[in-house]
Amino acid sequence: MAAIEFRNVSKTFPHGGGRQVLLSNLFGQVFLDNWRKPAPDPFYALRDVSFQVEAGHGLALVGHNGAGKSTLLSLATGVSEPDSGEVIVRGRVSSVLDLGAGFHHELTGEENLRLNAALMGLSEKRFTELLPQIIGFAGVGDFIKEPLRTYSSGMSMRLAFAVAVHLDPDVLVIDEIIAVGDGDFQRKCLERMAEFRAARKTILFASHSAPTVRAMCDHALWIDHGQVRMHGPVDEVLDAYNGAKDGS
Amino acid sequence: MPTSNGGVAWLGEYRFALSELVLKDFRVRYRNMSLGIFWSLLNPLVMMGVLTFVFTQVYPSTQSSFPVFVLCGLIPFNFFALAWSSGTASLLDNIALIKRVPVPREIVPVASVLSHCLHLGIQIALLILFTLLYGFQINIYWMLLPLVWALEVIFVIGMVMATSALNVYVRDTRYVVESVNLILFWLVPVFYSFEMIRPEHAGIYQLNPVAALVLAMRSILMQGHAPPWTLLYKLTITSLTAFAVGLFIFRRLKHRFYDYL
Repeated sequence: MAAIEFRNVSKTFPHGGGRQVLLSNLFGQVFLDNWRKPAPDPFYALRDVSFQVEAGHGLALVGHNGAGKSTLLSLATGVSEPDSGEVIVRGRVSSVLDLGAGFHHELTGEENLRLNAALMGLSEKRFTELLPQIIGFAGVGDFIKEPLRTYSSGMSMRLAFAVAVHLDPDVLVIDEIIAVGDGDFQRKCLERMAEFRAARKTILFASHSAPTVRAMCDHALWIDHGQVRMHGPVDEVLDAYNGAKDGS
Repeated sequence: MPTSNGGVAWLGEYRFALSELVLKDFRVRYRNMSLGIFWSLLNPLVMMGVLTFVFTQVYPSTQSSFPVFVLCGLIPFNFFALAWSSGTASLLDNIALIKRVPVPREIVPVASVLSHCLHLGIQIALLILFTLLYGFQINIYWMLLPLVWALEVIFVIGMVMATSALNVYVRDTRYVVESVNLILFWLVPVFYSFEMIRPEHAGIYQLNPVAALVLAMRSILMQGHAPPWTLLYKLTITSLTAFAVGLFIFRRLKHRFYDYL
């Protein structure tokens, strides 16, 4: 069964202020249309996107900046909702969309781990069990008791990533962040990803780094101006994508 | 992981998240302050001192035990005003969270209000201390205190749900809230007594949960009798209505939070 399924998904970002959206949500679009001129055509971040990722597979998202990769990831994790179509994700999702979302620079590393894990849906009991492992994986040493503002960006990324990989999700959604961090940590991440794949977990991964993509994913989806340009085995899609880039 | 559509279930599943968010607000606020938690006590004490000075020395009031009297007004009002205005801004203050983590959105404004409840607890302890120092006795009606305060918290959560969601789309909401709070300071009987209000206005005062709470506090703590039942049922109805309406508005508006934050 497919772990991730997009059926004719479109996502728009309306132009203009929030007032129209407010009124149309509260009173219905019909009310708004009668009341004033219709809003200008919205911007389509994704248009009629359909694809599936079978459980246990890794799908890479490639495409230029602004092609809609991040929008697609936000839909897959459930932080945003499509305008039309259906997004179905089966199993527990954990995501690394940003460096430590919900991290606060005044809290210590450990407090941020607690907060982040709690927001990701971990129970307090499970977190207490996992804490030594998470701290070990992050490898920030004594800094774990220091406020986050004293961290380098690589260190806070390691903290965020350490939580994400210990959540034991069925589906892992990652926006290209593994590029941060030194070689040692990158290797640790890739090893962890390989374990993930071996455990038949599903990965959705947006990246520009061809070697990482090849290591982690067996399929790739090429998004171009919000639409699916190509979907297939990772090597074929990457070759076509890179060919098109060189050609243009 | 459930999406943001969860109903009641999220309270159980996200209890850890909620308590961590509440603690985060608390920790962050006090971490770099040398007086720390004493600020929670200092603010009502200073206001109490100023108002007591004005209404015993400048504008002498016939009210006895004025410090207790005014604290009974200040603490509910301060809680309401602070919780409402910071709760209104809570979604904007947590953009990173809303846009990156699929927690139920309701958790953010609720956590903001609950973190103010921690201060409230400290301030209520201060109020009770003053009540006893001024020689008022503990009575059976003190058992009503948790109920009236719970209703107040429910009311604030309802208000915050509505205004925080509106604030995402129309950012002026926050300033409207702050202006309303300024007006409320005068319209809630903080430094005058309910008896001074003309009978034709009294019914309306009871409908304002903040005013109703002030009245209930005074009748329980200072007069030693239960607040009128009409007041209690109006307080219950307005609080629950505000909560239901707030939740309804929030649910309708939350679908596009991502696009506007």
